[in-house]
Amino acid sequence: MLQWLYKLGSPRHFYEMTTGFLPWLAGTTFLLLGIGLVWGLGFAPPDYQMGDNFRIIYIHVPTATGAIWIYAMMATMAAMHLVWNLKVADMVAKSCGIVGTSFCAIALFTGAFWGKPTWGTYWIWDAKLTSFLILLFVYVGVMALRSAFDSETSASKAASVLTLVGVVNLPIIYYAAVWWNTLHQGPSVLGDRDASANPPEIWIPAFFSGFGLIGLLFLIVILHTRNEILYRERRAQWVQELLDGERAHA
Amino acid sequence: MKRQALGLLACLRATLLRELQIAASSPGKIVNPLMFFVIASALFPLSGRLDLAVLGSIAPGILWVTALLAVMLSMEGLFRSDFDDGTLEQLLLSSQPLYFHLLVKVLGHWLVTGLPLVVIAPLLGLLLNLPAAGYQPLILGLLLGTPTLSLVAAIGTALTVGLARSGLLLAVLVLPLSIPVLVFGAGVVDTALNGLPVAGLFSLLGALLLLAASLAPLAIAASLRISVQ
Amino acid sequence: MLAVDDLHCERDERVLFSRLSFDVTPGSLLQVQGANGSGKTTLLRILAGLNQDFTGNLYWQGRPRASVLNEFQQSLFYLGHAPSVNRTLTPLQNLRWFCALQGYADDSAILAALTAQGLAGYAEIPCHQLSAGQQRRVSLARLELTAAALWILDEPFTALDRLAVAALELRLSRHAAAGGAVVLTTHHPLKTPSPLSILDLDAQRPEAL
Repeated sequence: MLQWLYKLGSPRHFYEMTTGFLPWLAGTTFLLLGIGLVWGLGFAPPDYQMGDNFRIIYIHVPTATGAIWIYAMMATMAAMHLVWNLKVADMVAKSCGIVGTSFCAIALFTGAFWGKPTWGTYWIWDAKLTSFLILLFVYVGVMALRSAFDSETSASKAASVLTLVGVVNLPIIYYAAVWWNTLHQGPSVLGDRDASANPPEIWIPAFFSGFGLIGLLFLIVILHTRNEILYRERRAQWVQELLDGERAHA
Repeated sequence: MKRQALGLLACLRATLLRELQIAASSPGKIVNPLMFFVIASALFPLSGRLDLAVLGSIAPGILWVTALLAVMLSMEGLFRSDFDDGTLEQLLLSSQPLYFHLLVKVLGHWLVTGLPLVVIAPLLGLLLNLPAAGYQPLILGLLLGTPTLSLVAAIGTALTVGLARSGLLLAVLVLPLSIPVLVFGAGVVDTALNGLPVAGLFSLLGALLLLAASLAPLAIAASLRISVQ
Repeated sequence: MLAVDDLHCERDERVLFSRLSFDVTPGSLLQVQGANGSGKTTLLRILAGLNQDFTGNLYWQGRPRASVLNEFQQSLFYLGHAPSVNRTLTPLQNLRWFCALQGYADDSAILAALTAQGLAGYAEIPCHQLSAGQQRRVSLARLELTAAALWILDEPFTALDRLAVAALELRLSRHAAAGGAVVLTTHHPLKTPSPLSILDLDAQRPEAL
């Protein structure tokens, strides 16, 4: 097992090992997403409180949770890149940055569209939304720093350092947002939904769409990392042979 | 004067002295952040309605935001001249512990750019109609918060010192990370104005300062080594 | 003193040098030659430890440099393209800080070093009022104030007049004679009695063959 993980660290092996795995992942992902979204958006019964508008949580909740876990993954990759100088770790971190920013933005937008019909406003400065907004800023900052450098190695290392600084800051930011919210808004307007009040027809599609989005996350990250590998290693022998093989088939 | 060996503290004193000497030779370094603080703070009443009660209630926020911006913009110069003239490389190559020298450099810079902000904040409080109970928490909060802001901004400066025209990128990187200090700093004034106890919030600000002082130099050192390549 | 093994470095998708191995021995001078952009400065910065973007091994006194980094840094003197002199401070203030970084304070030695560079009366004049050549000489005054065994100098003869050039050549030879080593790049033909090796980066590059 350890050796398998070790092999993943080499760009070439990562590429080759994911080639076989990719079609299965893609198939499973689209199946799960398809079931989850069609069921949730189309067939699940309307919520007793919110009517049909709540359906957006099938996208909103997984992307929101995803945005946080992706940052954790990005930070782990950044640490691995700085400590062991693993190029694949940095490429995965770069992909995570892109997916994470998108998920964060989607979560914020879908949250806004959920908010308008439900509570009458697109935006509300509660702890969760505020923290998510700042998370988006941090994501954008990391990507902006990465693209500001001409040299790939400097960009990778700088982005890794900033990601790690961010990971220390994010819990502090969250608690600051919570505290600020109680100071200025009183108890949270949203409150937590009582999960047990909802029949399983609501939550089962949520699992499907949740896992589907996780699958989508891995799919995009792996695809993007593969692209990065091909680009960064383009002068290596094995890439040339691979491209020659593809050209011969085309 | 005969040759004297210097211990670590004496070497750090030399670095601090150097920072202060450089600042002393260009008065703009001290005056500009201060003037930015004053002018930017004055923009708010000028651009809004002159409802004194409202102004007084948002005064803590205005002062903290403009202080944050002033600290961040002044931090840009922390490493730039050293980067340009090669002195930064000498610091990185020396066998002296980089961690402490960087801490002392930021301290020196803060003494020259951050501390004057703390001193002039009460005057700006008068301009912005800050209620009387707000002055003490404002000053103490800025005293604890501006060094933290300097340390966080120093990380951003270290990451971007090798890039051209990095001012806005620096803002994008540093401002989100400074939000906790901003929230607690402005919050402590608001809490005091509401008559609630503030001791806990000051300890929080102090804790953030200690956290920044212990971790930021590591990030700054790593970032400088990347920028110098 | 410093051994380089199988060094490989790329920049901007160009291979600067590959499978480069050489030794820097005490008492010798090593001149790195090559056309502009051939990687001379990059090589010197790698040797000094400023640039980590390479593959290969570096050994200081027989041990891997990374494991004896502090020792290595204590024995290193680096002079880059920039004079490493702060323009708002005076030569005296600049050199005082430089000595503090080395761990000592000695104003009389500083003044003697400045005098040796022909800057006797300029110790308390802000460096921005000195000419480029004079600022260079303030930087070179550091050579008198360091106990480093390995000197890595990038274009040290820049902006120096004939007398200063001769003085610097003499200084380098004296350092080598005392058991030190010098690695430098320069377009100026060196005249020195010390053993001088030439490392030509253009000849090393595979395409040049």
